[in-house]
Order: sequence, then structure tokens, then C-alpha cells
Amino acid sequence: MELDVSFWLTQFLNGLANAMVLFLIASGLTILLGVLGVLNLAHGSFYMLGAFLIFSSSVIKNPSWFWVGLLFAPLVVAGFGTIIEAFCLRPLYGRERLYTLLLTYGFTLILDDLVLLIWGRDYKSVPIPALFEGRISIGDFSYPVYFLFIIAVGPLLGVFLWFILHRTNFGKLIRAAATDSEMLDALGVNVNRVFTGVFALGAWLASLGGILAAPMRSVEPGMGVEIIIESFIVVIIGGMGSYLGAFVGAVLIGMLKAFGIEILENFAMIFIYALVLPILILRPRGLFGETTI
Amino acid sequence: MEGMASGKKLLTRLAERLTGRFGVTALLILAVLAPFLVQSDYYIQLCTEILIASLLAISLNFLIGYTGLVSLGHAVYLGVGAYAFALLTKNVYPSMWAGLIVAGASCALLAWFMGIFCVRLAGLYFAMLTLAFSQVVYTVAYYWRDVTGGDDGMLGIPKPEIGIPGAFSISLESFTNFYYFVLIIVATLIFLSWKIANSPFGRVLQAIRENPERVEFIGLPVHRYKLYAFIIAGTLGGFAGGLYSTFQGYISPDLLYWTQSGEIVLMTILGGMYSFLGPAFGAGLLLYIRDTVLNFMEYWRIVVGSILVLLVLFLPGGILGFFEGWISRLSIGGDHGDARS
Repeated sequence: MELDVSFWLTQFLNGLANAMVLFLIASGLTILLGVLGVLNLAHGSFYMLGAFLIFSSSVIKNPSWFWVGLLFAPLVVAGFGTIIEAFCLRPLYGRERLYTLLLTYGFTLILDDLVLLIWGRDYKSVPIPALFEGRISIGDFSYPVYFLFIIAVGPLLGVFLWFILHRTNFGKLIRAAATDSEMLDALGVNVNRVFTGVFALGAWLASLGGILAAPMRSVEPGMGVEIIIESFIVVIIGGMGSYLGAFVGAVLIGMLKAFGIEILENFAMIFIYALVLPILILRPRGLFGETTI
Repeated sequence: MEGMASGKKLLTRLAERLTGRFGVTALLILAVLAPFLVQSDYYIQLCTEILIASLLAISLNFLIGYTGLVSLGHAVYLGVGAYAFALLTKNVYPSMWAGLIVAGASCALLAWFMGIFCVRLAGLYFAMLTLAFSQVVYTVAYYWRDVTGGDDGMLGIPKPEIGIPGAFSISLESFTNFYYFVLIIVATLIFLSWKIANSPFGRVLQAIRENPERVEFIGLPVHRYKLYAFIIAGTLGGFAGGLYSTFQGYISPDLLYWTQSGEIVLMTILGGMYSFLGPAFGAGLLLYIRDTVLNFMEYWRIVVGSILVLLVLFLPGGILGFFEGWISRLSIGGDHGDARS
């Protein structure tokens, strides 16, 4: 059997690019779980909103507006998240977890139909921004520049997040709230504000993921409920609340999908479940999770 | 003052009647008369669908309301029951009873298998594992084209006639006949569920919801009780799936998708998870709202989602639960129809 190096390299890089998008969504989801104890079913909808907002700015408005959209759309979605957290989620923290789950499911329904209402049902495509058009060639191997950009952006954002969590005051508060929010409250910190900030950060990351993914995939109303399942799987594998785990989990899923497709075609997802079910059963806190939720 | 007091007493008595046996009897009479009241094939079909959805929501409530386990994968039984019925009646043996039994039995087996793993987890982990299992089944149904038809689904699922071969037979092709057939099955199964829910076994489940450690200390095997609840919920869900399959005549993997599971949870909560008939009420309400909204716009999910958000924020006991709570506050010490009592 001939080993086709450039083919496998392409698969590897594709897997990595998809993993980086997944990481952006899953990292927000996992921080939300770790700090707020909330399984946010609407997280995929934030991703979808990001993708549709970039469609509006770069296709309807002007292709060069991709960068404007990249800057402002996540802020809009984060603002949306702030409102949801402050007005709807906050009253529910003392109650059973079922209610927060239901509330975020309610917002999934609302946001999905809102997107249908505004943008319609048909698939949309967002062109790759001019700066990253074209392909890079080394010998007879060539690869799209934009995908390489995504692969570079993922770790950069990872470092940025790490910086926020471990080197800023806000990050210190987030980590403290994850360990013991009651104690933090007793120390005079406005825990509510920390929670709102975390939720907004999660929404910001998810919509950023949607924007970056938009030129690689088709933009459609069902994309939110689809990505949330993969993100859950990443969170389970990595461990709820573990942000390093989200990165490792995302790369693992990206690779399994990229190479699994070559072996089992459409059944590639089975590989992923074959990985995630034993983890949930035998080690529910995941590979890197420290606390049980 | 005197008049007000006796007025309140009267209201209380009326309320007690409404939630007790009287209410159930009235509901049953209403269900029996429904085809004559609505007088249109379209609404008879809607009523049939509501009956099936009621069974589905009540089956899920064994987990959510009674045992306190939030499952995000209940659509797996709707789907597996539906596929089991379709595969048997289309490919092997076209019999209504055999189809329904296979639908229930396959889901009982599946629930037993999944339950062994699921009941050991609690809270969000339980929700995640049920979600993961249901997505596995979804993936299989979606891609295993040779058997399930893939994303095209399966068409032309029959409504086999019932009766005794050679003696007599009843065709279920007419909407009214089919409605009564579903009514008999669903009412029987809901009655059985009610018996189970109010048996000592049902009380243990409620005790597990309130305080699993204490139940463990009493010496009852909590995991085994949870597993039984899981299997009961799954089996009833499977029957609902079988009925849905023959009702629609068409099924697709969408039945197994996680958003479908969310919808079943939504029905349960809409009506009220702490009241036995609450989920059925929620199922009826959800389908009615969907039908009404779809008449003038496509975006019924916005309406239902908004209702859900408002409900969670202001009426966490569900709609029927709210009224029952209100009634039992009226009648001092009354606790009718409350699953918690």
C-alpha cells in the first residue's frame, strides 16, 4: 500500500483546524460548568449567531467588513449573553439544576427560530477574507492559508485565555468562584458580577468560533444544535471545568473525525462515542477534571 | 362574612372534586367524546398525537418527577420503539400487537442495558450519559442505510387490522377507529403507570428523589430501584414510539435527535412534573400551541421557547402544578394529585 504523505498531512491539518473551532466553543462551555455549574444548551446558538452575524457583515455589507465583524459581532453576542445571565439565569442559581437546563433549552428554541426568521432557511456561504485567500505550496503539497490561520489562532486564544484566568484579577476571581463561590461571596466579592462576566466570556468565545468557522463550513440554522453535541463530548473527555482538558479533548475529537472518516466513512462518530462512553461510565470527571459537579 | 366562608368551602369542595376521581372521569369522558366534538379528521389526528405524546411525557416523568433523574435522552425510546415497530410490521410480520410488543420489549432491553450504566451517575453526569447514549443510537439510525433507510427514514409503515383471524377484524385505517384504538392502549398504560406510581415502589422512588442517602441507610437498594424506574420509563416510551410509528406511517432519525428529547422534557415541565397527569397536560398544551401558531407562522419554537423561559422564571411547578398548588392552598391540608404527597 502506497503511503500518501500529502493526503494524510491534509487530513491532519483539517482535523487540527476543526479542533481549534471546537476548542473555542468547548472552553467556554467547560468554564461555565466549572464556575456556574450550568450546562448551557444555548451555547451552540451563540456559535450560530456569530456565524450569521459575520455573514451579514461580510456578504451583505462588504467583504472587507469581515474584520469589523470579527471585532464587533462577538461583543454583540457577549452582550446578549450578559442579558440572559443577569435577568434570567441569576434568579435560578439557588434552585434545582433542572431549571437552568430548561432555561437554556428555552433560549436554544428562541434563538434558533429567530435566526430562521431573520436569515431564512437556506445554506449560506461566507467567503474567505482576502488577506488569507489562496493556498500555500511546498513541493507538490498545497494547503489553504485560511485553515493555517485558524490553526494558529486557536493556540493564541488558548494562551490569551490562560493569561486571563491565571494572570488577571478577574481570572483569580473566576478560579476562586469555581472552588467556593460562597466563601468568595462572604469575602465581599460581588459573585453575581463574576458569574455574569464568565457567561459573557463564554458567549464571546463561542461566537468567535462561529465567525472563524463560517468561511470553512456552510452557515445554516441547524449548526448550533449540531456543534453543541461535539462540544459536550469534548468537555466530558477533558473534564468539566478543565480548560486544558477542553484543548486536549478538542484535538482528540478533531483527529478522530479526520482519520476515522477514512476508516469507517460515515460511522466516524462511533469512534468518538466509543471513547466518550467509557470515560463517562468509568471516570465521569474526565481526563483532566478535578472536581465532580 | 358567613356567605364568603361558605362560598370558599363550596369552591374548595369543587376543587377537590375536580382534581380527584371526578376530574379523571371527566377527562376520560371528554377523551371518549373527542371525535364527536371536533368533527374533523384533522383534529382527530391532533388528538391522537396528543394521546401518544401524553404517554411519552408520563413515561419520562417516572425519571424526572418521581426519581429526580433528568434524562436528556428520552427520545431514544420514541425512536427505537418506532423503528422496531416499523421494521417488524414492514419486513417480517404485519401485526399490530406483535409490533407494539416488540417496540416495548426492545426498549425495555435497551433501557436495561443503558440503565446499568446510567443509574450509577447523578445530576449532570446522568443527563450527559443519557444524552450520549441517545446520540449513539441516532448516529446508527442516521448512517445504517440498509436497515433504517438513513436520513430518508422509513415510509409506508402499515396500520395492521386487529381482531381474531378468521372470526372478526377491525380496520384501523379510519381516523376515528385509530383514535379509539390509541385511546384504549394509552389509557390502559397510563392507568398502569398510575398504579405503579402510587404503589409502595412509587413511594420509594419519591424518597430517592428527596434523599437518596437516607433511602440507602434504610437498607433499600437505591441503584436497583433507579434501574427499575429507568426500565419502566423506557418501556412505556417504547410503546409510545410504536404507536407513533403506525400513527405517522413515516419515521426518520429526527425522532432520536437530542432536540426531540428536549421537547419531551419540555412537555413534562410545562404541565408540571410533581403532578401525575401534569406531563400529559403539558403534552396536550405543547401540541396545541404548535398547531395554533403554525396556522399563522412557521416560527412556533419562539413562542414555545418564550413560554418555557417565563414558566421557569415564574411558575416552576408547571401549569397544572400551579393550579393544584393553588387548590390545595384553598383546601386546608388538602394535597390532591400531588406526586409529592
